[in-house]
Amino acid sequence: MREITFAQALEEALIEEMERDERVITMATQRAPALENKFGDKRVRFTPISEAAFTGIGLGAAGSGFRPVVHWGMVTFSFVAMDQIVNQASKIRYMFGGQADFPVTYRCSTGGGMQVAAQHSQSPYSMFMHLAGLKILLPSMPADAKGLLKSAIRDNNPVVFFECSRLASTTGPVPDGEHTVPIGVADVKRAGRDVTIVGLAYYVREALAVADTLTTEGISVEVLDPRTLVPMDAAAIRASVRKTGRLVVVDEAPATCSAASEIVALVTEDPETFRALRAPVQRVCAAPVPVPFSPPLEQAALPDRARITAAVRRVLEDARRPDPLAR
Amino acid sequence: MALTQAELVEIFRKLVLIREFDLLAVELRTAKRIYGAVHPYVGEEAVAVGVCAALRPTDRITSTHRGHGHCIAKGADVNRMMAELFGRVDGYCKGKGGSMHIADFGIGILGANGIVAGGMPIACGAALAAQLEDAGGVTACFFGDGATGEGEFHETLNIASLWKLPLLFVCENNRYGAGNAVESVRAQTDISLHAPAYGMPGVSVDGNDVLAVRDAASEAVERARRGDGPTLLHCKTFRMLFHAMRDAPQPDMRPTDVVAAWRGRDRDPVTRFEDHLTSRGIATAVEAQRIRDAVKRDLEAAVAFAEASPYPDPHDLLVDMFAE
Repeated sequence: MREITFAQALEEALIEEMERDERVITMATQRAPALENKFGDKRVRFTPISEAAFTGIGLGAAGSGFRPVVHWGMVTFSFVAMDQIVNQASKIRYMFGGQADFPVTYRCSTGGGMQVAAQHSQSPYSMFMHLAGLKILLPSMPADAKGLLKSAIRDNNPVVFFECSRLASTTGPVPDGEHTVPIGVADVKRAGRDVTIVGLAYYVREALAVADTLTTEGISVEVLDPRTLVPMDAAAIRASVRKTGRLVVVDEAPATCSAASEIVALVTEDPETFRALRAPVQRVCAAPVPVPFSPPLEQAALPDRARITAAVRRVLEDARRPDPLAR
Repeated sequence: MALTQAELVEIFRKLVLIREFDLLAVELRTAKRIYGAVHPYVGEEAVAVGVCAALRPTDRITSTHRGHGHCIAKGADVNRMMAELFGRVDGYCKGKGGSMHIADFGIGILGANGIVAGGMPIACGAALAAQLEDAGGVTACFFGDGATGEGEFHETLNIASLWKLPLLFVCENNRYGAGNAVESVRAQTDISLHAPAYGMPGVSVDGNDVLAVRDAASEAVERARRGDGPTLLHCKTFRMLFHAMRDAPQPDMRPTDVVAAWRGRDRDPVTRFEDHLTSRGIATAVEAQRIRDAVKRDLEAAVAFAEASPYPDPHDLLVDMFAE
């Protein structure tokens, strides 16, 4: 299978969906000459730096029959559009009794590790997860990025599509032609026996690297990528944890009220999965600080392979509980 | 275009219907028969009716927290509006929205909005859709004087003008944002002056004169349909009642002499238009009274419709969250 970058996969998805459905339009503060040449400046809009306006314009156009793809740039910039996201987009369908559909996709880059300091290194997906009414996507691989963006554009609800900055230039196999990935379905990226690592975005790749290394010690790690944060595929996560009995969740957002916390809660509040746990669960998350600029500080703030490995060892070493399923 | 006698009488009927609907809403809320907050539109009826008289049924509007009048003017069914105020399943939003969130997408009402200026970007999006559809559709965006303090006001005026969107910005300047006089929160009180800053025409109009509003709106709507872009219509009006009520009206801090003056028969938009019709022989006082009586009967029927409608089933709590 051909290998393309994460960014190329997203570009392909957008072009294919614009070819497929002329009601797909785009809005962004950055010009996209290739798209403009192909689809014209009526459908490919570049906007003033007015995030609140174009976030709501996307919503209003969606409620009037179009399928806008709105790019906030970095998720950072969405915060000046919070009224339109929190008060409008997440509530508009339910509040009006389901009278209309709002098929709008909000794209944004997310995450740290790029030495752009606190305001441009945020991973605030849990803020959006908290609002009932938005679907939240966070792919880790180019094929998932393409397949999920296509599904997002075809979905009849507001979708926030997070694109991890550190993944933009990573490559991976992407099928030729039509390729979609269903929203709300997790993917086991590597099957294993002893520990489940649930990773998000960049940390799926890091978890896979850790899993490779630990194989040499005879430790078998399962790596699961939720891919969708809302609706979360709780069944897949619980099934994996019931199999391994141990869970490490890795994400670059701080732990408090995070996606990682939500995943841990979904695991521990399910009686059958709770009983299958053989060790306390571990979260490997960012330090509770604004992401600092200087590389040694930034590295200290974000999860890394050493911390993931240490967490895996902790859940393996905690042998206080025998294997409940072995009885 | 001159209005026919039937059209003029219908304008009067809509003014009366809005007036009586909101007086009844206040009465029902005082009696604790309906729930939540009520923001009466009493005194501002000529703005909604005048603007919507310039629109086609397929045109779209966005509304505000004080939105009952906009919905009625655009043609909403008072039975379903009333059922929504009663929190019943036959309400426009199946009881999920209430007074501040009435919508009827089927007739172009893209929703009332509890956030000041919150509907403005959405209206802009509807106008973008109309521009792309290229079928001559127009969107009217209602907002109050308070909205001009929000960033969304300035952002949408700029983009709408830049993109020449078929949009009518309708500022209902009722002189007070809740209890705060416009001059206490704005450095410059002529709201139409924002228009030239964003490269569009700004028109100030007597917002209590329904025909003046209709004429100004018609001109703006024609301009929008021609593809010449948006207009800011500044309608000077007055809220005859309090800002809002829950169990009881919020205290009205406005000077009593000012309020009394705006309640005079010659300024009240409903009696003023009634006198216009009767003095010109377009309708007799008896005919006007007949319309008032018919409106009251319609509203009694609306209350009966609402009360006959069941409450939503708690089992349906999660219904309508996501589209298939």
